[in-house]
Amino acid sequence: MPVDPNKPLEIQKKQYQQMVNRAKPRPPILRNTFWAFIVGGIICAIGQGFLNYFKGLGLSALEAGTASAIVLVFFTALFTGLGVYDEIAKYGGAGTIVPITGFANSMVAPAMEARPEGLVLGVGARLFTIAGPILTFGFTFAWLAAILYYLFT
Amino acid sequence: MDFVKAFIFGGLICVAAQLLMDLTSFKVTPAHVLVGLVTTGVVLSALGLYQPFVDFAGAGASIPLTGFGHILAQGAIEGVKKDGLLGAFTGGAAAAAGGITAAVVFGYFAALLFRPKG
Repeated sequence: MPVDPNKPLEIQKKQYQQMVNRAKPRPPILRNTFWAFIVGGIICAIGQGFLNYFKGLGLSALEAGTASAIVLVFFTALFTGLGVYDEIAKYGGAGTIVPITGFANSMVAPAMEARPEGLVLGVGARLFTIAGPILTFGFTFAWLAAILYYLFT
Repeated sequence: MDFVKAFIFGGLICVAAQLLMDLTSFKVTPAHVLVGLVTTGVVLSALGLYQPFVDFAGAGASIPLTGFGHILAQGAIEGVKKDGLLGAFTGGAAAAAGGITAAVVFGYFAALLFRPKG
């Protein structure tokens, strides 16, 4: 339904919004989902490879997990710097956001962009544009969980 | 076999996040996805549901950011077991310190060494 200029403004706004919604390109959901599965799955399988390697060196499950995360973060920083990670992300979508590599990418990419703004308020601050909220919610909820455990055991 | 499980379960979490971004009318940014995952991980972990998932799916459960939330929650709870109330303040950050430090340090160097494209 097109916008009817004789209707009250509120109705016109609604009609316009309906037009916008119809005209807006829909995300290719099936293709996005497929690539998110493939790319995210591959990143986790690579992580499993590092996990097995570090466990093979005799590290505990927790230590091997940390070591794998560090290696994945290193390669993400490198590939983000080279511009490769963003190319993969064009297809991978959530597959490149959800794994810990997405966390690392969300720190490196804004920090690189902010280099001209200086080392302190540019790089130093922008590293935490997205990592900041993640740490805020992660730390707060983990703290709450621990406090509840303390109170009820 | 552990590679197949990591691929499938890691991939499925990514699919869930992709559908959340594509199908909901809210503006779900990567930041919202990551915050949602870490919080979900903490809650599931505190309820004792995430460790069995990690035992089964390996990296498919620990590499998605829900696994990061799991590490934070378990660290904080283990901290309480070991050091009482003080542990609630130290355990979570200590358990996640390796990944966080790596991300800060490597991220800083990458920003110094590389220029963004375009």
